[in-house]
Amino acid sequence: MAKRIEASNVSSYYGSFKAIDSVSMTVEPKTITALIGPSGCGKSTFLRSVNRMHEVLPGARIEGSLTIDDQNIYDPDVDVTAVRRMIGMVFQRPNPFPTMSIYENVVAGLKLNGVKKKSVLDDAAEQSLKSANLWNEVKDRLNRPGAGLSGGQQQRLCIARTIAVEPQVVLMDEPCSALDPISTLAIEDLMFKLKDRFTIIIVTHNMQQAARVSDKTGFFSIDKTGDPGRLIEYDDTQKIFSNPTEKKTEDYITGRFG
Amino acid sequence: MGDNPSSRSENATASDSGVTGRHTRGAGTGVSPSSHDEPPFGGGGALPKKTRFGMEAGFKGLSVAAGAMVLVIIVAIAIFLISKAVPAIRADNENFLTFNQWFPNETEPRFGIAVLAFGTVLTSIIALLVAVPIALGIALFLSHYAPKRLATPLGFVIDLLAAVPSVVFGLWGRDVFMEPVREFSGWLNKYFSWIPIFGGDGPFGRSVLLGSLVLAIMVLPIVTSLSREVFRQTPGMNEEAALALGATKWEMIRTAVLPYGKPGVIAAVMLGLGRALGETIALAMTLGIVFNISFNIIENGGNSIAANIANAFGEANETGRGALIASGLVLFAITLVVNMAARAIIYRRREFRDSAA
Repeated sequence: MAKRIEASNVSSYYGSFKAIDSVSMTVEPKTITALIGPSGCGKSTFLRSVNRMHEVLPGARIEGSLTIDDQNIYDPDVDVTAVRRMIGMVFQRPNPFPTMSIYENVVAGLKLNGVKKKSVLDDAAEQSLKSANLWNEVKDRLNRPGAGLSGGQQQRLCIARTIAVEPQVVLMDEPCSALDPISTLAIEDLMFKLKDRFTIIIVTHNMQQAARVSDKTGFFSIDKTGDPGRLIEYDDTQKIFSNPTEKKTEDYITGRFG
Repeated sequence: MGDNPSSRSENATASDSGVTGRHTRGAGTGVSPSSHDEPPFGGGGALPKKTRFGMEAGFKGLSVAAGAMVLVIIVAIAIFLISKAVPAIRADNENFLTFNQWFPNETEPRFGIAVLAFGTVLTSIIALLVAVPIALGIALFLSHYAPKRLATPLGFVIDLLAAVPSVVFGLWGRDVFMEPVREFSGWLNKYFSWIPIFGGDGPFGRSVLLGSLVLAIMVLPIVTSLSREVFRQTPGMNEEAALALGATKWEMIRTAVLPYGKPGVIAAVMLGLGRALGETIALAMTLGIVFNISFNIIENGGNSIAANIANAFGEANETGRGALIASGLVLFAITLVVNMAARAIIYRRREFRDSAA
């Protein structure tokens, strides 16, 4: 249920602008990897390159290679929708479909994949909402609009929607940045729970969060605006936060820079 | 909170006009008021009094008046229509709602709305059936498929189509478009005459089909540009959510764009329907203008309330004009019902819209 992601020399472009330069990292199955760094350093761009959401924007492209269990994600013969089903994504701002109920939101991905049987959908909805620690709060109002929930609940709804299609990897792009501390804690608890089943990569601006939840941490940085972002250091979270190899990493995590 | 802007505007006007208004701010400080000692905008001194008549009250009055004017106009139109229509309907020797001829100018007036109302609704519905799918296709193409440098000029051309006067469409429909429609009607009649709407033995051409197709072309740009706008407003994050779940582009449109745009599309279709129902001159020039109720859409024939008004008004006497105004009242009622139905549809899923913000 979880797969290894391997990036080697990945560079991502928006048109002629190079957003990240030659990033290489290996993400082991069933781990949480945190990507930290100042704004505009390419963390989110890298994340979006992993499930090919980067190329949705006009003019966006990547160089280098990205594999999931040794299969090339960017192989021209690969069905991009299959990649995105395999590598789910949770976005910065909760984005439930505004026209759909809670139930419809959770099963939206399954319906896209042609699942029609009511019993299968019902089971999946219940299981996903339970996995997302949301079931008890919404089980009596599954037909209410998903956008009517609180921000934290909406984000957990989006996580439920993502894991309902049983992906191998879950990417999270600053999933807690729009949430209050209590909701943030709920999502962090959820991440620990999901780690048993999924490989998780999370982009975060919150260094305490990175230190709390992740097994490995990657530090991205840029030299100056307009330069591409680089992966400065990638190591065990423990080591990054106690004894980083790079001076830049140390400056950043101690608050002297960024 | 609401008082802050008005108190600030008072300060501004007081110092602009150089009157003693600034004493209200300087009061209690004991210093002669000079520009250096003026307290900051945030306050100091006694609290200023509320302005009684200022820009605030003026703008409020203007906007209330503008709102009230709409009601006044609607009521005035209704009164006009009813006051002219009622005497004419009283003078009618037949049932106004069911009789299917139109002889209001005779000494014993006989007229009924049935044919006209039927023709109006029939031409409009056919026009929408043709125009809406095409318009939605164009709107989706412009908002989600076409590259930007193609979408912008194409959208402009569509908007230009909306600016063509209806009399031009009427002339074009009658002098240019009629011939192909006649041939197409003959073809339909040859192969599909077993379907009643394509039956009959001709002549073809100046038919409901021609009128409806011209109407469809006129409705197309309205529905297209409004739908394109609502499709464009689909939140990007919802489109990304669908894509990230593994949707293809078309699935993304079905999951995120179409449901989000549905109320807007309904509103656009209703606006188009409003134009189709009220269209006058183009139909007066392209329909056959006969008085019978027939579902046959390719034979010469067809009529509508507005087209009939345009054709008959010139020769109408007092009762005749009253009768035409009565028909206008029916048209008014039809559009009102259509609009209310549309509102009801939009209102039904309001909960899902409101929480979306």
